[in-house]
Amino acid sequence: MKRAGFTTVWLPVALLLPQLSIIAIFFYWPAGWAVQSSFYLQDPFGFGSTFVGLDNYTDLGRNTEYLRIAWFTVIYTCLVTFFSLAIALLLAVKADKVIRGARTYRTLLMWVYAVAPPVAGFMGIMFFDQRTGPITDLFQTVGSDFKLGVNYTDTATAMVIAAVWKQIPVNFIFFLSGLQSIPKSVNEAAIIDNRSATGRFWQVTFPLLAPTTFFLLIINITYALFDTFGIIDTLLKGEPGNNPMTLVYKVFLDGFRGNDLGGSSAQSVILMVLVLILTVFQFRLIERRIHYT
Amino acid sequence: MAVVTLNAVGKTYPNGFEAVKPSSFTIADGEFVVLVGPSGCGKSTLLRMVAGLEEITAGALQIGEREVNDVDPADRDIAMVFQNYALYPHMTVRKNIGYGLKNRGTSTDAIEAKVQEAAKMLNLTELLDRKPSQLSGGQRQRVAMGRAVVRDPSLFLFDEPLSNLDAKLRNQMRIEIKALQRRLGVTSIYVTHDQVEAMTMADRIIVLNGGEIEQIGTPAEIYHSPASTFVASFMGAPPMNLIEAWIEDGAVRVNDGTLLASSGNRTVGPVHLGIRPEDVQLAENGQIPFDISIVEELGARRLLHGELGGQPFTVHVGKDVPATAGQTTVHLKPESLCFFDPKTGKAT
Ligand SMILES: Nc1ncnc2c1ncn2[C@@H]1O[C@H](COP(=O)(O)OP(=O)(O)OP(=O)(O)O)[C@@H](O)[C@H]1O
Ligand SMILES: [Mg+2]
Repeated sequence: MKRAGFTTVWLPVALLLPQLSIIAIFFYWPAGWAVQSSFYLQDPFGFGSTFVGLDNYTDLGRNTEYLRIAWFTVIYTCLVTFFSLAIALLLAVKADKVIRGARTYRTLLMWVYAVAPPVAGFMGIMFFDQRTGPITDLFQTVGSDFKLGVNYTDTATAMVIAAVWKQIPVNFIFFLSGLQSIPKSVNEAAIIDNRSATGRFWQVTFPLLAPTTFFLLIINITYALFDTFGIIDTLLKGEPGNNPMTLVYKVFLDGFRGNDLGGSSAQSVILMVLVLILTVFQFRLIERRIHYT
Repeated sequence: MAVVTLNAVGKTYPNGFEAVKPSSFTIADGEFVVLVGPSGCGKSTLLRMVAGLEEITAGALQIGEREVNDVDPADRDIAMVFQNYALYPHMTVRKNIGYGLKNRGTSTDAIEAKVQEAAKMLNLTELLDRKPSQLSGGQRQRVAMGRAVVRDPSLFLFDEPLSNLDAKLRNQMRIEIKALQRRLGVTSIYVTHDQVEAMTMADRIIVLNGGEIEQIGTPAEIYHSPASTFVASFMGAPPMNLIEAWIEDGAVRVNDGTLLASSGNRTVGPVHLGIRPEDVQLAENGQIPFDISIVEELGARRLLHGELGGQPFTVHVGKDVPATAGQTTVHLKPESLCFFDPKTGKAT
């Protein structure tokens, strides 16, 4: 294959510049700033700051509330990722079987994707409303009293459900197109080779979906960690109280409500490192086992 | 190994299209039957009904002693080779070949032994640890064969297994598949639209047209005594010459009055006279004028295209027969003539 090349250095640089400057301005610059301010203690009234070294970090390690939130975030991320992937995969497998009506089905599911996270959170509030929410009613019929914003577990459940609901369409679309790219004859060969539909799914279909699943896994973990902010904020109505929250929400709360910019910066730095480790880990460990066709 | 019986088996798709009209035939134990016909005539549909991949909407299908209309494909004791091979991309060649055995509860040792045996038979031993993406088209084809052979089924089904290969490889694989089938003695149904494959591989050919069986017969029968003008022109390259003629007073004549042949005791009226291009001889002082317009050199042979009685006509001669464009006369071998009813197209 003939490789095209640039004759000058400046053209490629100029072409890359917009992208690079966006990354620099919106990521590296604030990230660098966060790292720097995580070593300082800000005066709550804005009168300068003092260098405190690693104090902000060590404080976090000793803060039981922070550790509790970290633990909740881990569980929350696992639940949201697992359920939004599993439910989407189930729906996609079912949709893949129906050829007719698949379009309607797909469009209906896709609408949810257009819903913004805070709106999803708001819809969550309506569903889980103490007096009028249909899901609250549902819980009541089985004899449980659902108290959004009051009961810790109830609020956590609502957060997970709203976040999962919001993420299913994206996963569904990717899974469906992944399923449809598996040649029909491969499935048919499997039908002749294996009587059990479950066996065929786990031995043939699922391995062939692995690249899609891996990609979605990364996307979903990132989503659960960061993009559910809007949902959580709306569900908590800005009144965290004793309610569950994720690390990202805690960063916001400490920095903007508590005016503890140093501590909040330290938390962001920890989050950044966490994501970095996670991504490296995923690519190193999981991707090697995946077969790309 | 099994006898396969179709009893008025037909297929109407959910959209109401009748892809296969109720068809009946029996395939003998160990027989190699080729289904041939133009694109869209229902070959794959028929084969896939036998495989169980497509529901049978009319009639009954028997494999061996058993009616299998409602039997799961995995339980029909069949193996199928697909046009695009349909190998499992994430499995090695070894796993691809062994997958069907594994799901039938064969022990790991037995699977390995059978896979090795099949691999040896198909020259795949060196390739057992590769993935399908690391194989050439011909090798993939062999793996697909291996996957069928290893199961030792009672029926092989092939859906245009060679159509993705280049001409040379196709010729080679054609012979290999046929030899393998002979050796294993497994009843086989083979779908193709390539008439050379049909002629060379088949014990019996079934010619399909528009979802209907036009003719069932040995390659020689199909070639020399086609049951209809469709079969006559579909099988053979170049196809059989068909001339519109008229029978009267015991003679067959074209419009301009040229006498083509004696009609025996056939009824008076219009007829389509068929003759294979190689059954026509150039004759120095023949009775039938032939106007050659194009001479096609094929190396070993020559095709002479032209007109006979104002109708297109082709003659096939050996390379030793000199021929140039222009007027000549021909002789038609009387024993090679076929007569068709112009209205129904059927042989009379
Ligand atoms: N799912 C379906 N619904 C409706 N009609 C179908 C369906 N599948 C196939 N057909 C029609 O049935 C007819 C036979 O199709 P089939 O695939 O058996 O043809 P074929 O002989 O194998 O052709 P080819 O040589 O091109 O593979 C075609 O006219 C096709 O359009
Ligand atoms: Mg076909």
